[in-house]
Amino acid sequence: MLPPVPLSWYLVLSVILFALGVAGFLYRKSVITVFMSIELMLNAVNLSFVSFSYELKRVDGHIYSFFVMVVAAAEAAVGLAIILTVFKNRGTLQIDEVDSMKL
Amino acid sequence: MLLWYFGHMPTTYAETWFPVLIQILIALAVASAMIGLSALLGRHVRDPIKFMPYESGMNPVGNARERFSVKFYLVAMVFILFDIEAIFLYPWAVVYRQLRLFAFFEMLLFIVLVLCGFFYIWKKGVLDWSSDEQRRQQREAEIRRAA
Amino acid sequence: MFGNFQPASVEYLRFLPEILLSAFGIIIMMLEAVSKGKRTYLGVIALIGIAAAFAANAWAYFNGGPAFQNMILIDGYGAFFRGLVLVVGFLCILAAFSYLEREHAQTGEYYALILFSLVGQCILSTSTDLIMVFIGLEISSIATYILAGFLRDDTRNNESALKYFLLGSFATAFLLYGIAWIYGLTGSTNLEEIRRGLTQGTQPLVLIGLAAALLFVGFAFKVSVAPFQVWTPDVYQGAAAPVTAFLSAGPKAAAFAIFFRVFLTSFRPFSDRWLPLVWGCALATMIIGNFAALLQTNIKRLLGYSSIAHAGYVMIAFTAASQIGTAAAMFYLASYALMNIGAFAIISHIAGRNERHVKLEDLAGLGRREPVISALLAVFVFSLIGVPLTGGFFGKFYVFQAALNSHLVWLTVLGLINSAIAAYYYLKILLAVYMQEPATIAQESLPAPAPSLLVAIWASAIGTLFLGIFPSAVLSFASLSAAPFR
Repeated sequence: MLPPVPLSWYLVLSVILFALGVAGFLYRKSVITVFMSIELMLNAVNLSFVSFSYELKRVDGHIYSFFVMVVAAAEAAVGLAIILTVFKNRGTLQIDEVDSMKL
Repeated sequence: MLLWYFGHMPTTYAETWFPVLIQILIALAVASAMIGLSALLGRHVRDPIKFMPYESGMNPVGNARERFSVKFYLVAMVFILFDIEAIFLYPWAVVYRQLRLFAFFEMLLFIVLVLCGFFYIWKKGVLDWSSDEQRRQQREAEIRRAA
Repeated sequence: MFGNFQPASVEYLRFLPEILLSAFGIIIMMLEAVSKGKRTYLGVIALIGIAAAFAANAWAYFNGGPAFQNMILIDGYGAFFRGLVLVVGFLCILAAFSYLEREHAQTGEYYALILFSLVGQCILSTSTDLIMVFIGLEISSIATYILAGFLRDDTRNNESALKYFLLGSFATAFLLYGIAWIYGLTGSTNLEEIRRGLTQGTQPLVLIGLAAALLFVGFAFKVSVAPFQVWTPDVYQGAAAPVTAFLSAGPKAAAFAIFFRVFLTSFRPFSDRWLPLVWGCALATMIIGNFAALLQTNIKRLLGYSSIAHAGYVMIAFTAASQIGTAAAMFYLASYALMNIGAFAIISHIAGRNERHVKLEDLAGLGRREPVISALLAVFVFSLIGVPLTGGFFGKFYVFQAALNSHLVWLTVLGLINSAIAAYYYLKILLAVYMQEPATIAQESLPAPAPSLLVAIWASAIGTLFLGIFPSAVLSFASLSAAPFR
């Protein structure tokens, strides 16, 4: 019989996804892409929740990932609305150009 | 090699995923063969008509990057929200037999709360796809037809 | 198997403040959807809701205990912060009536969002489970993202909301990843069980440290502690003044509450490892906040940096990691909330329509034009400095006392130096109010402040002075409730 995929593989994948999200957040210039990077980070969290939960033979981790998904959807709704108003008033979605407040 | 592969049950990852590797290789080979052969053997025509987006004769009009009305975004967003809320029904359905009436009323409360949100967006006009102007025009057209 | 799952009725009653706030928030949303014309009455409904929640909180305190399978715990600590954020919400709604009227943004959503945000903060104050922490934090944050951009045609509001949203959700992702790893390492999200799981010592220390660091980053963002404070000045400057008052008091107090609870409960066994980090953060936060504030000419931005500096003082109390440290932080956050709301309420008044007058020089001559408002502003500024007879003084006093008790002599000295530097830029405000002549002669006269705004300002001022004159009432309650965090 096939050995199960070890936990560490999932965790490494989740770390990679999370790191990609962080990198995207820090280096991307478009607000939408930055926002997508955050969603990627949340998905990395979900992956690790589910794999930990499977490893621990408990069900609560799965439920937590549901919560994360619902909250991420709510966040997306609010975030996109905010991005939309910014675009309506400024006509741009480049992070560097949405920066009028300084000293 | 294939005889060796089918000779016994796979025991390691490399063996299990071996068919996938073969499939990837075949797919790569077929794809590159099709592109490569047509590039090598095909006749190359370079004139303006050939480079038009629709060779069928349709003339592309306007910019492809058309703006959509914000209404569509709102509907999509509301859809995602209500869609995602339904996710809680799955774990609920799993434990419903054990919890019975308690779970029923808890979920009823949850659905009522979601419906409150629905009522709010409905009254706020998110579900109205046509603007007031369009509705006025429609009504005028109907009146004209009736006359 | 699920026999004990059904919560007892007393558990619902312990959770009653949150239930009431949500119910009132939803009712306001429904009424907003169907009502036409003036919306002021919705604000009154919100005030009633908060008052009811406050009463329920008092009841819950006297019938305290865990609820919902140890998801939340109503102890003195939780009840204190729950009461504090409710007071903050009450004052911020009072302060907003005339502001929203002036900006033609008198809608029910403002009040409903404040209530929803308060629900999240109440959950944060009482939660003893990391998943509840996450949910409370998100309920609070998502509502405040919208509040920060509430005037949606104002570009400053837009920018504020965008920055708050992006950095806030970035921080949340860090926090969540920390929660996931803690869950994986200990098999639990309950704070006490995590502590038990971690002390058994079967997990690699590196991973525990990593998970704790992720949690730390998430919380540090939320309470704007250096080096994660960059969003604070922009967001505070851009948001509408009553919203800024709310942001700097409510979510911050609740986030500090859970920050303390998580680290002083779950990670207490490893405290000698992470306390040096907190030490550094406290120092960096104070220095960055105070020195950047020295250069500001915009009052809202100045108070934004000052809020960073104040977070630094609270971090000193955190570094003390003792019962009196926690009590000092509780006292400090209460007095800071009151004086900051008062200051921002006054700014929302003098800023005028569309918040045009938010420069320091716009304050010139205010002392003659509006003597009462100026005197009240002076009270708040003195409290921010930490002059005796104000809440700010005893806040700092207790914090430094707690630090000395934990033998943090150097941090105390540096903190004292910092608060001396801070006095300079706070006095600049008073200097402008009382000493400078207005640059332009034809400075438009402001309309008289609305009664609701005056009530909010007076209430904050009386609260600030009360904490400064009778500090022991609040402090004894705080140190009693801080007992679990020895």
